[in-house]
Amino acid sequence: MINVIAAASAAVSAAGAEGEEMPSVLAVPIDELIIGIIAFLIVFGGLAKIALPSIKKTLEERTNAIEGGIERAAKAEAEAKALAEEYRAQLAQAREEASAIRTQAQADRSALIEEARGEARQAAAQVTAAAEAQLAADRAQATSQLTRQVGELAVTLAGKVVGQSLTDDARVRATVDEFLDDLERQATG
Amino acid sequence: MSADVVVASGGLDCHLLSGCGFPAPGAEIFMFDEIASFTIGNLEFGITKVTVLLFLCVFLILGFFIYAFRSPKLVPRGAQNVGEMGYLFIRDGISRDIIGKDGDRFVPYLMSFFFLVWLSNFMGIVPFAQIPVTSIFAIPVAFALIVYVTWVPLGVYKQGFGGYFKGMLFPPGVPKAMYVLLTPLEFLSNLIVRPATHAIRLFANMFAGHLLIATFSIAAFYLLSASVIGILGSAASFTVAVALTGFEALIQFLQAYIFTLLTAVYISGALHQEH
Repeated sequence: MINVIAAASAAVSAAGAEGEEMPSVLAVPIDELIIGIIAFLIVFGGLAKIALPSIKKTLEERTNAIEGGIERAAKAEAEAKALAEEYRAQLAQAREEASAIRTQAQADRSALIEEARGEARQAAAQVTAAAEAQLAADRAQATSQLTRQVGELAVTLAGKVVGQSLTDDARVRATVDEFLDDLERQATG
Repeated sequence: MSADVVVASGGLDCHLLSGCGFPAPGAEIFMFDEIASFTIGNLEFGITKVTVLLFLCVFLILGFFIYAFRSPKLVPRGAQNVGEMGYLFIRDGISRDIIGKDGDRFVPYLMSFFFLVWLSNFMGIVPFAQIPVTSIFAIPVAFALIVYVTWVPLGVYKQGFGGYFKGMLFPPGVPKAMYVLLTPLEFLSNLIVRPATHAIRLFANMFAGHLLIATFSIAAFYLLSASVIGILGSAASFTVAVALTGFEALIQFLQAYIFTLLTAVYISGALHQEH
């Protein structure tokens, strides 16, 4: 700074020493002053009215774009989260439904099996009963047939033994019947 | 310039060993002949090299920024990138830093000052231009005057005539008796010294820098002769001139920055009540 002042004052004194016609460097001619002011005003007007409004707008738009981008991203994230939540809920519901259906199916199957088993049991019982009835009837028939044959054989045998025919005698038949009844009674008693 | 200067300061034959005294450059290297002149009313306007360079600066600044921002894109490229760098340097680095968010409408104003002053300073090291426009005292005075007639009315408009000058001349938190001393000082410091130093700081830096470069350039020529000392002395002088040119490039930017920064400080003081 001292250098600056020294140089300036040296220059001024040098200018002063050279003669009267040399104007001082510190002179401020009014025309140069006005030219300086005009130069500034042109730059200021040009920048303020032409060059800078557009860039100011662009910078604002850029800020908005960046802020908007962040906002949009946050919104998209929230949406995605909500969607995932929804899907999860739907999935859980579907799983529940599937499990209910499975349970129902199991119950249905058990019922069906039970029913089929019942029917089968019933059919088996019927068959058994029919067979038993048939068997009883056959036995009864066989028994009565056998009884009669045994009687006849016994009579025949007795006739042969006593040497007389007892075949058509009612009295003999009565005797045989009594005898047989006795046998039956003995068998049952 | 150098040829002009050399001719102006003793001619081509003036060398150390030819018995010629050192033709130190003086104020004459800041004086330029009128190229043309015109008269508006009673006032004659002289057009000199400096005037031409000043309007070249105006043209370059407007040309560049209008070109760079002609159709700005959200994703900048090329000239727009560079232009935005300049714009944001002023907006974020000066305006928002010093004035705050409400300083955004002063960005074109501050930007005009910064680039006009910087480019005007820069003309000092542009080949063939080789004169800082701001080393002509009227130019910094014009700029400082514009700043002065901006912040004073702005303060009155924002804070009211009484409020603004009361805050400036009667700083609060001071014993009443001190105002006898303080008020004249504040008046002098704020309303007279402040605009004067604003202009002189820029002018003197540019003036001195240019004078230094000119001195060493002339010395390089003056010392040159067909001898060892002549060659060494000339080379040393030339090296210093080159180094000073690089140094000046820094000073030119710095002074433009300081000028704009102070402008922002003055506007900020006008907008906000000083504490």
